[in-house]
Amino acid sequence: MARATLAPPSRTGILARPELEAPLRRPAPRGGLLWLGRFVRRKPLGAIGGTIVIVLLFVAALAPLLAPYEYDVGAGIDRLQGPTISHPFGTDANGRDMLSRIIWGARVSITVGFGAVGMSVLLAMAVGVLSAYFGGWADLLLQRIVDVWISFPAVVLLVSLVAVIGPGLWSVTFALGVLLAPGTSRVIRGSVIGMRNLPYMEAARCLGAGHARMIVRHVIPNVFAPVIVLATVQLGTAILAESTLSFLGYGVPPPFPAWGAMLSGTGRAFMLQSPWLSIWPGLAISAAVFGFNMLGDALRDELDPRLRGR
Amino acid sequence: MHRYLARRLVLVVPTLIGLSMVVFALVRLLPGDAVTMLMQDYAYAKDADEMRSKLGLDRPIAVQYVEWMGGVLRGDLGTSLRSKTHVSDELFKRMPVTAELGVLGLIVGLLISIPVGVISAVRQDKAVDYVARSMAIAFLSIPGFWLGTLVVTLPSVWWQWTPPLRYTQLIDDPLRNMTQMILPALILGIGLSGGVMRLTRAQMLEVLRQDYVLTAAAKGLAEWSTVWRHALKNAFIPVLTLLGLQVAILVSGTVVLESIFVLPGMGRYLLEAVQYRDYPVIQGLNLLFAVVIVLTNLLVDLCYGWLDPRVRYG
Repeated sequence: MARATLAPPSRTGILARPELEAPLRRPAPRGGLLWLGRFVRRKPLGAIGGTIVIVLLFVAALAPLLAPYEYDVGAGIDRLQGPTISHPFGTDANGRDMLSRIIWGARVSITVGFGAVGMSVLLAMAVGVLSAYFGGWADLLLQRIVDVWISFPAVVLLVSLVAVIGPGLWSVTFALGVLLAPGTSRVIRGSVIGMRNLPYMEAARCLGAGHARMIVRHVIPNVFAPVIVLATVQLGTAILAESTLSFLGYGVPPPFPAWGAMLSGTGRAFMLQSPWLSIWPGLAISAAVFGFNMLGDALRDELDPRLRGR
Repeated sequence: MHRYLARRLVLVVPTLIGLSMVVFALVRLLPGDAVTMLMQDYAYAKDADEMRSKLGLDRPIAVQYVEWMGGVLRGDLGTSLRSKTHVSDELFKRMPVTAELGVLGLIVGLLISIPVGVISAVRQDKAVDYVARSMAIAFLSIPGFWLGTLVVTLPSVWWQWTPPLRYTQLIDDPLRNMTQMILPALILGIGLSGGVMRLTRAQMLEVLRQDYVLTAAAKGLAEWSTVWRHALKNAFIPVLTLLGLQVAILVSGTVVLESIFVLPGMGRYLLEAVQYRDYPVIQGLNLLFAVVIVLTNLLVDLCYGWLDPRVRYG
């Protein structure tokens, strides 16, 4: 007679429960390097995203050393060359080396991206924490403002804002920060509302902590995890929005080599002759955004246990 | 349901008023010498003072706002500085183009994202699932304007074929209109589908673990009926919320794609207006887009009642 096994028969189709069949995971090891090793093993896609992000940051930081040529000076004699050994990505209509322009473009994207997300997080922290912590009328009023803010289509608001404040590196960063803030503030508000009545908050209040101390010592440190996750994904969004804006001609103005701008204007006129002009900037944008999205996804799984494995 | 409806409708009013104020302020935030700048660009008046009184900028700001709102409520969005035509007439002409593009994009997006999202959840952690998930993130990452540029450029390099660049109206020649609209609509839909696909999958995973799905499977319902009729309907509510929010992305997408595919819609009108600093047009378009988005989100909230009886009776 066959011995009865304790494990239930494995289920398939819509009743499959992979999480029940997987062997129990060992508890997370402590320490940075161990955590990193575990992250790479458990989230290979996230690790790929992380690698892309690190390479991007590295390229942006070391652009002057890495770029073989200058981004804004070209030799007329070299114009519209295909990929060669001296110009691996070819040259544009002004004879400028595309590889160097892509490398410098990383610096533009990263500067705008980090600036915009930093601004968005600061603004969103203020609105989200105040709204959720105090609740009541403050919440109702602030949330209606956020409603209004969220109701503007991104590109429309961006183009209009940049048209009003004038183009430039900082006005693009500012406009993007203002655009990203309301979504972030909703997330922060949500997690603050969730923790408002938790025991440690009550305990702190009973010990006589004032509002300022409560917010600085107890509320803000506890929203860091969702904020880091969201900021990672938003870096991707910001880079995408920046390139769209540059493409439409309202981004970071020349001579800065913005990836989006390389796909429009003079670049566009010569794409029929030299299609590679349209390939590299688009690939660079897609890879950068893909990297931040993948990393953000994996970080969310790791930092937010409720969403694990989704 | 009535209380829910009433509450939802009441909340729209302050949002709309706030919106109109922001749009109105946007133009008044102009750098100081906007009037002088406008004088150079348009022969609209003899001197700065006459310009100010013609534009109504010499009166108190509250009066200006009330007057502008009065016009808006009567359907009068002002006159374009550049073409001297009524902004509302121009919008009326251009609205069908953008609406068609937006609706087609939404349909394409749903046709891609819902089936793929559901299959990805039903076959969780299988190869199909991994492919679908990577695809979703890729769709979120590839800029629509790049796809658009490639679609316009590469076929003409390879096969000497370009998408038709002269706009034909839907009623004049539906087939020609479709050949023109389908590429931008595809690109718009692809951009939309990434986020929707991911949320559909996440929601389906949640719902498939509910007891009523087990019950449905246990009483012998076919798998497709369990998945598509019982599970999907319940998983769809958050997806609908996301769709409401995605309308903003849809609008942004139409701005970009109309400019690449040379479609005479509202998005291109905005870009032209911004280029020529045609402020009444910018103001009107911003207001219209924002109102459309607010009303879509209202519609989404009202759909909850239809999808989820708990909302109706709660």
